[in-house]
Amino acid sequence: MPLHQPMEHIVIIGNGISGVTAARHIRKQSDKRITIISAETDHFFSRTALMYIYMGHMKYEHTKPYEDWFWKKNNIELKRAFVQQVKPEAGELILSGGETMAYDKLILAVGSKPNKFGWPGQDLDGVQGLYSFNDLQELELNAPNNKVCKRAVIVGGGLIGIELAEMLNSRGIPVTFLVRETSFWNGVLPSGESEMINRHIKKHHIDLHLGVNLKEILSDENGKARAVVIAETGEEIPCDLVGLTAGVTPNIDFLKDSGIELGRGIKVNRFLETNKPGIYAIGDCAEQHEAIGNRRPVEAVWYTGRMMGEVVAQTICGNRIQYNPGHWFNSAKFFDIEYQTYGWVHSDQRKPEYEDHFHWIHPDDTKCITIATHRDSGKFLGINTFGIRMRHDIFDKWLTEERSTDYVIQHLGAANFDPEFYRSFETEVLSAYNSQTVNV
Amino acid sequence: MDRIERSMSLTGEPPKALNTIQKIATLWGMTGLAILVLAALNTSFPNKGLWLVLSLVSIVGGIVLFAKGAYAGKPEGIKNHGVWFKSVSGRGFWAWVAGISLTGFYVILYFYAELLGLNPGGENRGVIALFDPLSLLLSGNPASQWFVYGTLYTIAIIAFGIKFIWKYRHNRYERIRTFSVMFFQTAFAFLIPEFMARLNESEAYNLPYYDLKSVWPLNYYLFDGYSLDGLLSSGNLGLYMLIFGVASIFIITPILTYKYGKRWYCSWVCGCGALAETAGDSFRQLSDKSMFAWKVERWVVHSVLVFAVVMTTALVSTYLGNDPGAHWLTRDIFLVGVGVFLTLPFAAIWYFKRDSLKKDAKLGAIAYLVIILALLGIHFGSGNDNIFLFEASNLRQWYGFLIGAVFSGVIGTGFYPIFGSRVWCRFGCPMAAIMGIQQRLFSRFRITTNGGQCISCGNCSTYCEMGIDVRAYAQKGENIVRASCVGCGICSAVCPRGVLKLENGPLDGRIDANQVLLGNDVDLMALVNKK
Ligand SMILES: Cc1cc2nc3c(=O)[nH]c(=O)nc-3n(C[C@H](O)[C@H](O)[C@H](O)COP(=O)(O)OP(=O)(O)OC[C@H]3O[C@@H](n4cnc5c(N)ncnc54)[C@H](O)[C@@H]3O)c2cc1C
Ligand code: SF4
Repeated sequence: MPLHQPMEHIVIIGNGISGVTAARHIRKQSDKRITIISAETDHFFSRTALMYIYMGHMKYEHTKPYEDWFWKKNNIELKRAFVQQVKPEAGELILSGGETMAYDKLILAVGSKPNKFGWPGQDLDGVQGLYSFNDLQELELNAPNNKVCKRAVIVGGGLIGIELAEMLNSRGIPVTFLVRETSFWNGVLPSGESEMINRHIKKHHIDLHLGVNLKEILSDENGKARAVVIAETGEEIPCDLVGLTAGVTPNIDFLKDSGIELGRGIKVNRFLETNKPGIYAIGDCAEQHEAIGNRRPVEAVWYTGRMMGEVVAQTICGNRIQYNPGHWFNSAKFFDIEYQTYGWVHSDQRKPEYEDHFHWIHPDDTKCITIATHRDSGKFLGINTFGIRMRHDIFDKWLTEERSTDYVIQHLGAANFDPEFYRSFETEVLSAYNSQTVNV
Repeated sequence: MDRIERSMSLTGEPPKALNTIQKIATLWGMTGLAILVLAALNTSFPNKGLWLVLSLVSIVGGIVLFAKGAYAGKPEGIKNHGVWFKSVSGRGFWAWVAGISLTGFYVILYFYAELLGLNPGGENRGVIALFDPLSLLLSGNPASQWFVYGTLYTIAIIAFGIKFIWKYRHNRYERIRTFSVMFFQTAFAFLIPEFMARLNESEAYNLPYYDLKSVWPLNYYLFDGYSLDGLLSSGNLGLYMLIFGVASIFIITPILTYKYGKRWYCSWVCGCGALAETAGDSFRQLSDKSMFAWKVERWVVHSVLVFAVVMTTALVSTYLGNDPGAHWLTRDIFLVGVGVFLTLPFAAIWYFKRDSLKKDAKLGAIAYLVIILALLGIHFGSGNDNIFLFEASNLRQWYGFLIGAVFSGVIGTGFYPIFGSRVWCRFGCPMAAIMGIQQRLFSRFRITTNGGQCISCGNCSTYCEMGIDVRAYAQKGENIVRASCVGCGICSAVCPRGVLKLENGPLDGRIDANQVLLGNDVDLMALVNKK
């Protein structure tokens, strides 16, 4: 037996937030050999910042959270390649070009790809999603300015759709925004908030169509999109770019024949282990056998990717633990309106029968909050806040302590996180809350 | 990447394009500048006062109208569209033109003022003569190159300040802060010294130019012989001003920095900061965020501080030595006092805070202390008339040339469009260095990170004029407690997820990175934090 066992080789496919977090935490705790493979870019960049590159707020280099020397210094090997096949039995990967790579443990952190629902014309030139760096380059070709792209149509009213609308808007490109729901993102947001965002979108001169579906995308003689047709009205909207932003799906096509159990995503247990020993899945591509609490089985957000990366690193370094996320939180920005959420506030459609809402909106139509309460116990369930920043740690504490909504409203000032000198609205919220309680 | 870079080179499209109002505004502002250039080329204007007013009104009007074109009628919010596409703010052609012109202007201003028409013996000519009417009105004296510069400087802060307020009108912190710098520049740096010059018409006063808000060691000329003579020969007023100057250093600054961080000065009061925050706002994203730059910063800025301390000690002790017995404070007492005064805080920091200091910070501190003490020792040992190894006046001249003129002016401001707006404040300002040490160690100020909400987008780091990699802390859930932070508040403003808040709070847990909340359940966090 050799004196030194060869170092265990951990291979991570995907250099997004989940894969990179896993690598960093494994490195913190061990000197295992770590290789990160990605087909997308040489270095980790922040996908959430793609919009800012197109809008000219930042350059690509600014979106890299670590300087390029970081990887070498921490002895994390980077490999730019596409993995075509995973062979769990052989412990081997087949890379594009036929090269192989052996691993001892494999972390799948392969992220998502944009949804396409089989619309006629969805693969034409000028039709694209917005997920990868390549998509951004594509967009730069399809919509560099309002001469080349005289109008863009965006299909799908979610977080990426509204970001794409803001992006195109920044270059003076007229945007038609097709949203299937009757109000923007109202599968997630309660109606008061969703309607405020509708108005805000229109204020930015976006041509917002609610309650409509895409029927087909029409081609010109060169195989390039020239118009879309709306299913409900048959209306034809001429355009040079069609943005498909109707959600994302795990990016798992290359695993079809690997024997790894797949559903919508890569099936994992609470330890983020797949059915194959030594293979884990984290981030956007992982699908829990059973949803955790109110969470979805596939959680395609930045934060959960980061959390899963932290967890899997523990497991790989010999401390096998479960993915056990704390209280739900999230955030987004709709043009100029910031949104944060802590705990659970459901939309009108998804709201459980016991969930009561208190809604307050500022007359300037850019700030509002919704607080969810358990009807029977008065327990605070969650808050959505728009245009007012709130403290994560305070709400996390209140949720853990199972505070009542009465308590939360009384102490709302302690949770305010707006910059100094900002006007605060606690008194208005409190009096609105009190008059509402009296009325009921 | 090449594809992106290529299509970005298309000109004249939104968000790069100027609208009609902005084009008119540019023309108007340029007309104002053209009058100044013509004057500098010795075009003789018949009615100087009128032309001066016309020129200044055009410059201010042009800038304000430009802001109106850019921001009026648009929804409130962050206005950074196209920053990196625009030639002037993206280090393109116009940035170099602007940088070279500004640098040229500073070289002429500091070293060839006669080219601007300065004529101390007789009547001014050129552009300085154009400013004579205003100077006569305010102080009763003809203009100097410094009066011309001061006027343009103040005008720039007011005009670009209005633009800044328009741009950040949704942000009350930025609005109030900008009013503050506009006020302090106009009143303290510009008007009050001119009125003080009026006092000098009376025999009883002999006041030097003194911008009361400018604190030593930024105001390194406070302890020049002429300045001390002037203050001490101007009755009670002069004495009070000197006492105020000393109190600003030893009492006011430490207290305010403890309570609010160095931002109370750097981004609320200081004139250099005022220009950087207003005229320099378009260039804040150009600062270097690399770890390497941070290292350079720490060495350079602390070296300047040492230089300033040595130079001032030399000046004052020469001053005291020139006239032994004139003051209760003798040269030797003074020097021993300086030695003791420097050693005490170093010892205290070393003893109480050694854990929170990084290794090279410790080394640097010790090295500097040793150098200063060695110099003091050499002086006492050698007993010649020179202070330390050099003649004090030589030191003073070199400091004025290298630090006062080349660093803070030519490089610090001239290179705004290339290196960003705070090069001087970050790498050069000794005042910022002192307050920075205090801010890191004994201050209530910090930028709080909001739990796990950071998406690592990089807006905060990109728009940090001091080159702090804010994201590096925010994405780990750590508070930002950095010596160089001037508290401009822009990271907090541009953060799309509401992650950052500047605030003053208790010292406990200010830097503590443990127990940060990133979203996972608490047990795991305990493990992750166990390094
Ligand atoms: C425009 C946009 C904005 C967003 N904004 C937010 C937001 O504000 N907040 C939020 O919480 N979330 C946001 N998200 C979602 C968030 O970015 C994702 O949840 C997160 O990036 C997922 O990280 P990941 O590590 O799981 O996967 P990814 O970041 O997708 O990384 C996967 C990587 O694996 C590579 N890869 C995949 N398959 C292979 C293979 N076979 N061979 C080699 N490499 C492969 C991919 O190329 C990719 O680089 C946004 C997403 C987008 C697109
Ligand atoms: S703190 Fe805000 S601006 Fe900075 S990286 Fe995080 S989300 Fe982006």
